[in-house]
Amino acid sequence: MARIDLNGLGHSYLKRPQARADWALKRMDRTWDDGGAYALLGPSGCGKTTLLNIISGLLTPSEGQILFDGQDVTHLPTAQRNIAQVFQFPVIYDTMTVYENLAFPLKNRKVPADQIDARVREIAGMLELKDRLHRKARGLTADAKQKISLGRGLVRSDVAAILFDEPLTVIDPQLKWMLRSQLKHLHRRFDYTMIYVTHDQTEALTFADKVVVMYEGEIVQMGTPEELFERPAHTFVGYFIGSPGMNILPAEVEGARARVAGHEIALPGRFGRPAGTTKLEIGIRPEFLRLGRAADGEGVPAHLKAVEDVGRFRIARTRLGDYEVAVMCDEHDEIPADDLRVVFDPQRVNVYADGHRMEGEA
Amino acid sequence: MDKPINNKAWLFVLPVLVLVAFSAVIPLMTVVNYSFQDTFGNNQFFWAGLEWYREVLSSERFHNALWRQFLFTGIILAIQIPLGVAVALAMPRKGWGVPVCLVLMALPLLIPWNVVGTIWQIFGRVDIGLLGYTLFNLGIDYNYTQDPLDAWITVVVMDVWHWTSLVVLLCYAGLVSIPDAYYQAAKIDGASRWAVFRYIQLPKMHRVLLIAILLRFMDSFMIYTEPFVVTGGGPGSATSFLSIDLVKMAIGQFDVGPAAAMSIIYFLIILALSYVFYTVMTNAGRER
Repeated sequence: MARIDLNGLGHSYLKRPQARADWALKRMDRTWDDGGAYALLGPSGCGKTTLLNIISGLLTPSEGQILFDGQDVTHLPTAQRNIAQVFQFPVIYDTMTVYENLAFPLKNRKVPADQIDARVREIAGMLELKDRLHRKARGLTADAKQKISLGRGLVRSDVAAILFDEPLTVIDPQLKWMLRSQLKHLHRRFDYTMIYVTHDQTEALTFADKVVVMYEGEIVQMGTPEELFERPAHTFVGYFIGSPGMNILPAEVEGARARVAGHEIALPGRFGRPAGTTKLEIGIRPEFLRLGRAADGEGVPAHLKAVEDVGRFRIARTRLGDYEVAVMCDEHDEIPADDLRVVFDPQRVNVYADGHRMEGEA
Repeated sequence: MDKPINNKAWLFVLPVLVLVAFSAVIPLMTVVNYSFQDTFGNNQFFWAGLEWYREVLSSERFHNALWRQFLFTGIILAIQIPLGVAVALAMPRKGWGVPVCLVLMALPLLIPWNVVGTIWQIFGRVDIGLLGYTLFNLGIDYNYTQDPLDAWITVVVMDVWHWTSLVVLLCYAGLVSIPDAYYQAAKIDGASRWAVFRYIQLPKMHRVLLIAILLRFMDSFMIYTEPFVVTGGGPGSATSFLSIDLVKMAIGQFDVGPAAAMSIIYFLIILALSYVFYTVMTNAGRER
C-alpha cells in the first residue's frame, strides 16, 4: 500500500506539443492517499486511461514526477512498481489453470513454492475461486476471469496500488453489483489503495471514497460523492454527475443577485466578476428546484415543455427564457400547466466564472 | 432439437454437387478405375484386381520415393515453422515498416511455381548463376546437377525461400490479433520474454499455426513443379519425390495401371496423415 503523489505531471502523445490541446494530460499536482478508494470518472477521451497507464508505468509521462510513498518511480518499469492492474477485458493466461494463473506473478518473482501455494489458496478463498482452482482458466465466465486477473494482482503481498480500467464493462448487470460490493469489501478489509477508471457515474459513486472527475485532460474536481453533488467545482462536473445533470444558465451577477433572462435570482452570497472572465453562469441541480404558481408570488416564470416519469419521481422539462431547465418533482406533486413558476433554493445556487465555481462572500 | 426435413434443400446443394463431381469425384473415380485394370492401349481394359497395388507397395522404387518424400517434408517443416514464427515475432507491429515487411513477405508467394523453379535453376548454375558462380569462386565444390547432396540443399533452400512467408504471414496475423492488454498484464506480472512467448503468443497463435503446419505438410508432400524444373528429379533419382516419380511412371513409361494405384495410395497417405495431424494437434490444444 502506498501514497501516490503526482508532481507537475503532464503527458502528450506528440513529440513536440505546442498548443494546450496537444496535451492528453495537462500539468497536475495531486496526492492520492494511502488506502483510499478512488474513482477516475470522465467521458471517453478525457485522459483517464492515460493517467492510469502513467501510474502503472506502461507510459512514461512527458513531464513531471510520480512518487510512491515519497520515492520517485517516474522511470521505473512496470514490473518494479508493485502495481496490479485489472483491464477492461479479462486478461488471463488461456493455457494455465486458475491456480497457475494466480501463481504466475509470484513464480516470475522467484518466490519459494510453499509460500506461493499458501498465498494462492488464501487469495482464491477471498475471491471465492477455491472450488475452481484446478480448472482451465479459459472455460470460465467473464466475471470469474475478471476475478482471476484481480487475483493475480492481489497475490503479491507488496502491492502498492490496484488499478482498474473499466473492469466491469463485459460483466452482466446483475453480476456487476456483486463484484463491485466484493471489491468494496476487499478494500475495507485490506486497505488497498485502489484507483478505478470508469465512465459510469453510478459505478464511481458507489465504489469510491473520493471521485476524481476528469475533463479534457484535466482533473476538474476530486471530492466525495456529496461534494460532487452539492458543490460541483466545474460546470462539467455539474452536468456529468447526476441524472439529469445540473441546470447551467448564463447569467449576469451583481452582488447577491443573478439575472437570468431578465429575471432576478437570489444567490447564497455576494459575488464579483473576476477580471478577464468571459462567461458567468449559475448552476442549480434539478433536485433543488421546485415548481410553483404565479399566485404564490415567488419564483421565475417558465413554460412547461414535457414531463418525464422516471419511477419514484418525475422530471419537468421547462423553458425559462431561452434556456431549458429541468425540475425534479415528487411523484404525487401537482404540476401546474400554466402560470408556472420555477422556485430556486438560494443556498443551492452555484456561480461559475468560465466554468469554474466561485465562493461567495457573506 | 428437431430439425425439419425438407427435400427441396437438395436443389440448392445440387449446383455445388455437380461442380465437385466434375472437378473432383469423376476424375478421382477414373483413377480408381485405372488402378484395378490393365490396358495395352486401343481402349481395351482387363481386370487386374489388386495386382497393381501389390506391385507398387512392394516395389523398392516406391519405398525410396516415399522415404525421400518424408525426409523432405520433415526437413521443410522443421525449418519453415520455427523460422516462420521467429520472423513473425521480429516483424514490426506498427509504423511504416509493416507494409514494407508484408509486401516483401508476400513476394515469393506471388511468383508462379515454375518461375520459382527457373529462378533457382539459373541462380544455382555454376557458369552463369549468381549463387553457383559465387560459391564456385569461393572454392566450394557446388553442383546441383551432379551432387545429390547439393541438389537436396538447393531444393530445400528454394522451398524455404518460397514458402516460409506463408507461415510468417499466418503467424503474424495471429500475433497482431493479441490485444495490448495481454502484454501490459505480462509486464505487470513480471513475465520474462520467454514466458510472454510461451503463455501468450504461442497459445494465441495455436490455431493459425495448426493451419500453417497442415498446409505446409500437404503442399510439401505434393511438391512437383519446383524440383522438376530445377533438378528434374535427379541426379539419378536423388530428388525424385513421390509426385515426380508418379509422373515419370504415368507419362514417361505409360504404366497407367501402377501409376493409378500409386496415385490412390499417395492420396490416402496424405489424407490419413492430415487427419492424424489435425486430431493430434487439436487435442493437444484442448489438453493443455
